[in-house]
Amino acid sequence: MPRVSATPEAAKTIERLWRQHGSIVFHQSGGCCSGSSPMCLRADELPPGPNDVELGEVAGVPVLIDRDLYDSWNSPDFRIDVATGAADNLSLEGSDGVHFVNLAG
Amino acid sequence: MSTIEKQDTTIPAPGQHDSPVELRERYDNFIGGHWVAPSSGAYRENLTPATGEAFSTIADSSADDIELALDAAHAAKDEWGSASPAERAATLNAMADAVEENLRMLAVAESWDNGKPVRETLAADIPLVVDHLRYFAGAVRSEEGRVSEIDKDTYAYHFHEPLGVVGQIIPFNFPLLMAAWKIAPALAAGNCTVLKPASPTPWSILKLMEVLEGVVPPGVINVVNGPGAEIGRALASNKRIAKIAFTGETVTGRLIMQYAAQNIIPSTTELGGKSPNVFFEDVMAADDEFLDKAIEGFVLYAFNKGEVCTCPSRALIAESIYEPFMERVLERVAAIRQGHPLDPATMMGPQVSAAQLDKVESYVKIGLEEGAELLAGGHRPDLPDELNGGYYFEPTVLKGTNDMRVFQEEIFGPVVSVTTFKDEADALAIANDTLYGLGAGVWTRDGARAFRMGRGIEAGRVWTNCYHQYPAHAAFGGYKISGVGRENHRMMLDHYSQTKCLLVSYDQKAMGFF
Repeated sequence: MPRVSATPEAAKTIERLWRQHGSIVFHQSGGCCSGSSPMCLRADELPPGPNDVELGEVAGVPVLIDRDLYDSWNSPDFRIDVATGAADNLSLEGSDGVHFVNLAG
Repeated sequence: MSTIEKQDTTIPAPGQHDSPVELRERYDNFIGGHWVAPSSGAYRENLTPATGEAFSTIADSSADDIELALDAAHAAKDEWGSASPAERAATLNAMADAVEENLRMLAVAESWDNGKPVRETLAADIPLVVDHLRYFAGAVRSEEGRVSEIDKDTYAYHFHEPLGVVGQIIPFNFPLLMAAWKIAPALAAGNCTVLKPASPTPWSILKLMEVLEGVVPPGVINVVNGPGAEIGRALASNKRIAKIAFTGETVTGRLIMQYAAQNIIPSTTELGGKSPNVFFEDVMAADDEFLDKAIEGFVLYAFNKGEVCTCPSRALIAESIYEPFMERVLERVAAIRQGHPLDPATMMGPQVSAAQLDKVESYVKIGLEEGAELLAGGHRPDLPDELNGGYYFEPTVLKGTNDMRVFQEEIFGPVVSVTTFKDEADALAIANDTLYGLGAGVWTRDGARAFRMGRGIEAGRVWTNCYHQYPAHAAFGGYKISGVGRENHRMMLDHYSQTKCLLVSYDQKAMGFF
């Protein structure tokens, strides 16, 4: 059974984003410039695709990942943290000058 | 643990006395041919990865500024779109000339904003910017439509027409070159653009616009800096663009394509890779120039400190030559000179940001936890005081198997994961055992084998007996989840045009239906 969790700091950021944007989700990135970070998007912006699986919820927010990506990573547990500095992508927390990271290991 | 020392030949950094680069305290957006302050009045510090220090402030824009940029682009699009191919080519050539005249200045600016060594920007990045502009200037002059004869009275005349205004979002790893890859075909095809640079590297593009101010008609190129979360979204989902082009990470790529689908516009995306670099037994058939080139080919994973979507981050070595080849390769890795990016002797500079550095470090940890063996590097190097806050990481070599996370996930740093293969079939299977398909390298003295491997590897760019070359006129883009579309080739003119068919009848008689 895959597990996802968030650090208390990440949970606070997630709750703030929920109050600001309404229904949000995490989509785990496959990589490139932002490295393999969890992307926080509005739920209506990127509806789950047929190949997305939900790993669980953190602070009430679903965490989705492409099934093939998850398999190729050998299905680790995810722990989502938040760090200073905005990553340069469309993830919503960037407006607050922070970025989510995945401490999966 | 390696140690970095600074040399006296280091070029003075932007803002210092005698630097080739002039530095202002504050930079606005470039909209409609003018420098325009951000609507909110907010600015953000921009740091250099060399030392982690702020050296300027840049406009911190909001969605309103994207609207201003789109206003300017729409105001310019009719005149630019109806300019003749010769006029557009002349502008692109004038842009290339202006960049070439300011080559050293732009090379230093790029190096300071991104951290890449000035040795690379002088020899590769900026000359390639010039080349891509000139290539598309030439390509557009040779463009033609087509005529189809349907019957003796009926003809279909096909014309290429501009899309109008396009949105372009570029990454931090080659700010000026990625800008050129996007701008050149868009302008050649008669479009105006709104460009959003990456947040870690917002500045070198503004130095470029200072150079191009007098050369490009107002409104044809507009540059807006700010947080991706807000203005990247505002641009990509905007109803006033006719196309979106994006280079970056995979989920954003999906989101971009989603916005494009909802607005019914085309999109092109380039999304990353885990490119295999395959070394066959015969590279060691002689201890000659070619072997030396192949050794360099391996070490090219350190080019641009590994922050390249096509980083040859998986090295596949024929079992039979593993020991002697790795001995030579590790010698060459140990000789990589890290240092101040503006020191012309520096071969590898710092990673672009603290966040990227943390990520690289955590992947090395993951690799070791999974059982990979550390053959070189793996740590932050010792730094002289001056570079103490910089984002440096040692060039690193891990050995393992292709199912490990460090072989499947894109690290985006100076880390190569090495494994062996038994024979050609095994090499091909391992090379293709990845979700990505952007680049690959094949090294062999056997031309037929090179051809078979090249046609068998599922990637859009297979470097054969070379790597990290990006000339214009060579198509570049991804298979599989590495993206959709091709850059650097005249086929891009089609990506940035639409086809108008005039179906003309010279027959005077009615059809007879009504």
